Amino acid sequence: MRIAIVDESAARAAVIEEGLRDAGLSDVTTFVDRQGIAARLEMLSPDVVLINLANPHRDELEELFALSKAMGRPVAMFVDQSDVAGIEAAIDAGVSAYVVDGLKKERIRPILELAIRRFRAYSRLRTELDEARSALAERKAIDQAKVLLMRKRGIDEPAAYAALRKAAMDSGRRIGDVADAIVTADRLMGDL
Amino acid sequence: MSETSFRIGFMPLVDAALPILAREFGFAEAEGIALELVRDLSWATVNDRLLYGHSDAAHLLAPLAIATTLGLGRPATALSVPFVLGLNGNAITVRPDLAAQVTRVGAPGDVTAIGTRLAGVARAARDAGKKLRFGVVHRYSSHNYMLRYWLIGCGIDPDCDVDIVTVAPPFAADSLAAGEIDGICVGEPWNSVAVDRGVGVIVAVTSQIWLRGVEKVLAMRTARMEEDPDLTARLLRALYRAGVAFVDPERREEIAAILARPEYLDGSATLIGHAISDRIVFAQGAEPIDVPDFMFQHREAANFPWVSQAAWLYAQMCVAGHATPNETDYLAAQRVFRPDVYRAALRPLGVPLPGASSKLEGGIAESLGVGTTQGRLILGADRFFDARSFDPADLTGYFGGFKP
Repeated sequence: MRIAIVDESAARAAVIEEGLRDAGLSDVTTFVDRQGIAARLEMLSPDVVLINLANPHRDELEELFALSKAMGRPVAMFVDQSDVAGIEAAIDAGVSAYVVDGLKKERIRPILELAIRRFRAYSRLRTELDEARSALAERKAIDQAKVLLMRKRGIDEPAAYAALRKAAMDSGRRIGDVADAIVTADRLMGDL
Repeated sequence: MSETSFRIGFMPLVDAALPILAREFGFAEAEGIALELVRDLSWATVNDRLLYGHSDAAHLLAPLAIATTLGLGRPATALSVPFVLGLNGNAITVRPDLAAQVTRVGAPGDVTAIGTRLAGVARAARDAGKKLRFGVVHRYSSHNYMLRYWLIGCGIDPDCDVDIVTVAPPFAADSLAAGEIDGICVGEPWNSVAVDRGVGVIVAVTSQIWLRGVEKVLAMRTARMEEDPDLTARLLRALYRAGVAFVDPERREEIAAILARPEYLDGSATLIGHAISDRIVFAQGAEPIDVPDFMFQHREAANFPWVSQAAWLYAQMCVAGHATPNETDYLAAQRVFRPDVYRAALRPLGVPLPGASSKLEGGIAESLGVGTTQGRLILGADRFFDARSFDPADLTGYFGGFKP
């Protein structure tokens, strides 16, 4: 089974390729760069093309699939029209697939399921990373705001933190947002 | 009234305006619809989201709605078009040096003469072993069929004399700049973007090829449309009101600014404004020129889904070899367009409704009053550049003029 992965995100493509290889599928080629992709795909002539749903070059690739004599007429999703749940799961996960016409659905299904799992894992990873990043930024803003309050109002750290927390509660905002506002205001106003 | 949430997928193009304005001007809300818009960068993605329930409707290429219903390149799913989002609005933009060989750069010209000169250049390029390459935005697009229609009419065989490839609209200017294509047929603002960057010159607008030719449509899964006729009707009324707003000259700047926002077209309001005001800059540095028939989003019942327009598209799909002519598919293609749903939805507004559902396309040489079930309606000329007309009742006779 020859599989092509087309994805603008090299990181996501790597996560998927690794998953396929772990499952014993070794004939996998990843395409991140759009340059010359048509010729390279034709030469590879894959049985299955996995592609991220929102890839901006899908229309070009669909045209290639419709015209190519080298490739075995890959058609858009999927395994089996009766498998609506499977198709919806793929769309939800953000993965689309083209499968050479006539390929047995029993052979495609596990690949697709694996791709879906990997796409989901990747988005989870991204979300966690984003959350970790913003938590870090928030911590930094709170520390800076505390220092500003301590200096300007001559209070100690627990009092500064209590002031921040009270301001947040009173205004219905997150403590990080209040801290951020103080830091921004200080940068703008300077020593006024 | 509690609001029904409804999602419409779209591509960043000026002719996605009506769904966007239905939301931004509150017309959808007034009909009890919480409208959400989902932007994508390829038609394949817009279509996937529509087919698998991520969206309830889509701003879609009219031929793609037909191709999807017929199952070309993917399993067949019945789609319906109860409302046309616009007529015309595309242009053909080519490399500046190629433009200089075929047209007076910076102004519109006679498309037959331009096409004839282009034919000479194309044949010379073919004989030199380096065919001209034209981009279209999708295999199943009016862009492809109008470009092919023009080329054929000017003596160019679109399958042998030139190459036609697919390029997504946002990449039109880049592809011209990189020399990957020599010309492209694309919607706005992407011609204006290429002109502004100096990488392309507009040589023709598609209203010169088929005046009042159908362009983007509102497509829904037929099952989804029919399960809640009241919701469909409310949506169509909101879109109709958005059309009224679109053609109000007082609102042009405001509309251009809305469309330019990052969540919609994410582009320059000035360039987007060209198409909205029908003032087109044909070449970098040239004065804008009034092209009053550049695009139709509202007037003359532009939103009415004429069954004969679907029929014309099916005929072109056959000529291009994308479909094999047969009676069953021809009927299925025509049934995609749903004037009955349009009429039912808009009757309460008291707006003019054509009495017929089909017309002789290319048969109106000058403005003509037509029969209506209510209101007065004048239809403008709908000519093809080669003066041919298309009678949906005589598909075989039409093919006599081509070699499908």
